[in-house]
Amino acid sequence: MSIPVYIVKRVAVSVPILLVVSVIGFTLMRYDITLGPIDIPAGILSDKNASWRVMDQVRFKNPIDPMANLKQNPAISKAALDQETRRLGLDKPMHVQYWLWLTSLLQFHPEALFKGNVGGFFTPDLGKTFNGEEVFGVIVSRAGNTLLLNVFVLFFAWLIAIPIGIYAALNWRKTSDRLMTTFTAFGMSFPSFVLALLAAVFAVQTGWFPLGGIRSESFDTLSLPGKVWDILHHLILPGLVLTVGGLSSIQRQMRGNLLDVLAAEYIRTARAKGLPENQVIYRHAVRTAINPLVTLFGYELAALLSGALLVETTLNFPGLGQLMYKSVIETDTNLVMASLLMSSALLVLGNLASDILLKFVDPRIELD
Amino acid sequence: MAPRTAQPEATAAQAGALARAVQKLSHDRIVGVAVVVLVLLYFSIAVAGFLAPYSAAWSSREMANAPPTPIYMIDAGSGSLTWPYVFRYEKTFNPDTFSYAYAPLRESTYPVRLFHTGEPYKLLGFIPLNVHLFGVDQPARISLLGNDINGRDIFSRMFYGGQVSLTIGFLSLLIVFPIGMIYGGISGYFGGKLDNLMMRVAEVVMSIPTYFLLVSLAAILPPGLSSAERFTMVILILAFIGWASLARVIRGMVLSVKNQEFIEAARAMGVPSFWIIVRHILPQTMSYVLVAVTLSVPGYILAESGLSFLGLGIQQPDASWGNMLKEAQDVSNIINRPQMMMPGFLIFLAVLAFNVIGDALRDALDPKSAIRR
Repeated sequence: MSIPVYIVKRVAVSVPILLVVSVIGFTLMRYDITLGPIDIPAGILSDKNASWRVMDQVRFKNPIDPMANLKQNPAISKAALDQETRRLGLDKPMHVQYWLWLTSLLQFHPEALFKGNVGGFFTPDLGKTFNGEEVFGVIVSRAGNTLLLNVFVLFFAWLIAIPIGIYAALNWRKTSDRLMTTFTAFGMSFPSFVLALLAAVFAVQTGWFPLGGIRSESFDTLSLPGKVWDILHHLILPGLVLTVGGLSSIQRQMRGNLLDVLAAEYIRTARAKGLPENQVIYRHAVRTAINPLVTLFGYELAALLSGALLVETTLNFPGLGQLMYKSVIETDTNLVMASLLMSSALLVLGNLASDILLKFVDPRIELD
Repeated sequence: MAPRTAQPEATAAQAGALARAVQKLSHDRIVGVAVVVLVLLYFSIAVAGFLAPYSAAWSSREMANAPPTPIYMIDAGSGSLTWPYVFRYEKTFNPDTFSYAYAPLRESTYPVRLFHTGEPYKLLGFIPLNVHLFGVDQPARISLLGNDINGRDIFSRMFYGGQVSLTIGFLSLLIVFPIGMIYGGISGYFGGKLDNLMMRVAEVVMSIPTYFLLVSLAAILPPGLSSAERFTMVILILAFIGWASLARVIRGMVLSVKNQEFIEAARAMGVPSFWIIVRHILPQTMSYVLVAVTLSVPGYILAESGLSFLGLGIQQPDASWGNMLKEAQDVSNIINRPQMMMPGFLIFLAVLAFNVIGDALRDALDPKSAIRR
């Protein structure tokens, strides 16, 4: 199957899957069960955002009902409450709510195409959050932060993991190999949130790194290099925590693959015909060994998005994971649905991308 | 009737490979250490009531956040070595700094008693006992790792927390593996439209990012669940996340096995399909499943502790390693009482041990790695 046909087929298959995912998500969020108090972690930043935190605590202590904190306020009249309920669409049955949500998301305007207005063809409306903000804007800003963090993590994890994976395989069973393998075994086994807690302690004790957020309060007054450094400075801690986990699995995979390849007969042939060792390793062995890792890349991108949830929550990083967590807890339906669909779509696309990448690096693979 | 004639040789070969792998592993020192660590961990949670000086819920509010109890071995009067003893501690309030401190009351000493009689508990869940490995007489308290914010003994709670954290994974696996194997087996064996449909369903589950699904499912648990119910729900949630990917892999393996001759022979003899799947096909996947089980236990341990850490899994007053760490979310708590990170260290240790064993098992079963060993 040629690649474009394959892509079209896969995308066509994933559309109904995403629809079902959205139904599941909506049911989880809106299905009418009253919920009890949920004990929310106090978070790391207790002093800086103290008042904000206290507010959240109060709200979270309520049963999960988007109207709960309004209902508690005696100054808000019954009429205002009803109006708010209608605005949020909570007065309608669940399937009607879902239908409204879906139709406002999928707004196609074929007539716009005839007028030459391509941008007007698809105008999805993700609705508003419970606070009245546009979901689209919230998601975009959070996704930007998460993407920045993930680029940072992927870059460093791969940059470090591949060379030390190769190095470990070439020094198989020597002290250096054992040291690295032990280190990566530790890295894989360390719970990310424990590492995040340690990082937070480190930041507080040394004062070298800011804790939480993505930029300082004085961000707008900084010069351009100052701004870049400020963001990098905030990225280092969460990035480092996530890099340790990612790096470890890639290093182990690379080492294992290369060891398998080095035992293959064509490597012996290459050596026997007198190729220099460098060429044997870097031209023949490493190229083959790196292939299966390409699949990892796609999965990793998607996995990082939700895998970062714990680290983002612990270190108070304003990313998609933290947003998802908060919106699930608050049952902010529109926000949950948007982030759910986006991350599911990214997961599906990531898998698709890695399959196609694999086809490019290894033409023997059949797409079906 | 269960036909035994078509019993494939391949199953015997699998068993042989497994035996050889175990043989090989028994010489590996690191694997040995990992096995010992796991045996120790599981043994200590099995006899938690005996090893822990206090029960999980035993608390004294006035001793909240007390530091670890120092144990003295030198007699204050004579200066000679004596049997270890502790002092009773009392909370004092400093009006100048507005801070609490714990000061020893030195008038009487309390020796640490071995096989001390304390709170009653049930060993292994059914033997009523009240003997603890060690303890001190009331009103003194011995807390090796200090108390948590509710005045409960962290050291004791570590054992009870382990009972939850180390078993929840296995209990989920007990659900995940039968479902995943049978689902994958049926899907792969029958093929066609049924296979297509079943795999699409699995793909839906797999298209939702794991942690997202985990958090959403845990967040909608109704209130007022008893701790046993909540425990069960967390197990079910973890199982719901895990079965799909296993089913997919099993299906792939079934596809490669189902056209072999011994399966055709069984079919020709009129063996029912379900029996072929369970008796003849699934045993072929055994070595993969064994490795997958060992390597997926850490995932479940981490998922449970992550959930409880977020406050969505096991709830207070029940202990789990995850919810014990929840208190450590405040940085100042960790800085003042670093012993609170102990459950994190135990999670790490258990996960590491499972990873080491799983890795070694996979290497030993992988024919490719034979060249390397």
